[in-house]
Amino acid sequence: MRIFDPHIHMTSRTTDDYQAMYDAGVRAVVEPSFWLGQPRTSPASFYDYFDSLLGWEPFRAAQYGIAHHCTLALNPKEANDPRCTPVLDALPRYLVKDNVVAVGEIGYDSMTPAEDTALATQLALAADHGLPALVHTPHRDKLAGLRRTLDVLRESPLPPELVLLDHLNETTVKEAADSGAWLGFSIYPDTKMDEDRMVALLKNHGTARVLVNSAADWGRSDPLKTRKVGDAMLAADFTDDDVDQVLWRNPVAFYGQSGRLQLDLPSHDTPATHHEGNSILRGGE
Amino acid sequence: MVNPHTPKRPDSASHTPAPPPTPPLGGAARAWLDQALAEATARTPDWEIRFTTAGRHCGHEHADSVRTLLLHTAQATPDTLARLYHQGSAAERRAVLLSLPFLLTGPEAVDLVEDALRSNDTRLIAAAVGPYAAAHLDTHSWRHAILKCLFTGVPVDHVAGMPARARGDAELARMLGDYAAERRAAGRTCPADLHRVLAMTAPTEDF
Repeated sequence: MRIFDPHIHMTSRTTDDYQAMYDAGVRAVVEPSFWLGQPRTSPASFYDYFDSLLGWEPFRAAQYGIAHHCTLALNPKEANDPRCTPVLDALPRYLVKDNVVAVGEIGYDSMTPAEDTALATQLALAADHGLPALVHTPHRDKLAGLRRTLDVLRESPLPPELVLLDHLNETTVKEAADSGAWLGFSIYPDTKMDEDRMVALLKNHGTARVLVNSAADWGRSDPLKTRKVGDAMLAADFTDDDVDQVLWRNPVAFYGQSGRLQLDLPSHDTPATHHEGNSILRGGE
Repeated sequence: MVNPHTPKRPDSASHTPAPPPTPPLGGAARAWLDQALAEATARTPDWEIRFTTAGRHCGHEHADSVRTLLLHTAQATPDTLARLYHQGSAAERRAVLLSLPFLLTGPEAVDLVEDALRSNDTRLIAAAVGPYAAAHLDTHSWRHAILKCLFTGVPVDHVAGMPARARGDAELARMLGDYAAERRAAGRTCPADLHRVLAMTAPTEDF
């Protein structure tokens, strides 16, 4: 089973996770920029984070045979802090980078006017840069949040096939699907979706335009949830081809619209070019 | 602590070397590069976008050579190199490091080499220990660069000018010996490269 996790925050995960993910079949990930748990207080803090998503994290991933791309944005939560909003002005120089395959995560947190502005501005940036957008739907007041998101999307220059609506569930999938956007589902131990509900949803909805992710981060989450969905699909009589479509071909098709996906690791990134003691496998100095 | 050693600079650093080679590209990538080189020659603002986006247009396997060629064609100044490095992805930073011996004869960019050597990214470390470091890195930093290569598994074949700078360096020999002792005490093997470098530290007896 080959797996592409289209939404996972590897910055918060360990090298044990990378190894377990590789062993489970994960060969590619997309890491969206997001909130770090602790609020940032300046744009420079974002730039160091973005640089890490364009430098150190892909290097870590490559040591475990996993291709790493990222999506960059000012996240909705911190879009409300005027100390952070200058990030919007710096985004254009980041969005041209080779490893950036979408603008994201953008969307709503508390549905404030500042979030309206950040969402509309960054959808326009995506259109300007020929990039898709990863748009998360809010955790609180989700259905209303989805509807407000769809209103902003309709007014934006970005066509729906370049939008991935994420963190969907049974209550939001129909309206999201009707918009023409791609449909993302995050599988969590306690919240969001679980693998059995995901399989039931796939039975009803089908596999077209559906992406499944672990959204694993610094909270209670599980980077192997993608594999567990694949196993649950097979147990429910989905075919290997169905699993491959959801766990590999759909994310490749969505992020491939950027023209920047490189799923073969550059030769100088792969473990085989180093002897036993490279800087991560050895745990640094 | 002040280090009494002065860098031994290879003769090759006393003149600017030939331009970097043109990568073997065809089709759309070749056309893209031709346009990019024209922009770099004219130094239109777009050449820096070409530098950033070279990977997806020419393929990651050619990105180093394309970016190095663009920097050379634009005759990037130390200020431009520093800006592109500090605002660059790891791949862009690597290209800036690789370009230094083609562009500069003085030590203006040695801080970029030192920055890369502070990283644990073997792609950057390998690019940092080229001919520019051989010519301009101070002795203390150079010795630590050698040790860092051994620690992180960067083959010392990447280190330019190694025999000339290592020859007769008793302090480097001591550091390597201590490292080997630490490995042995832990029941670990020593990298083969350690013995190669250690052999190079022997004083020349020919004259």
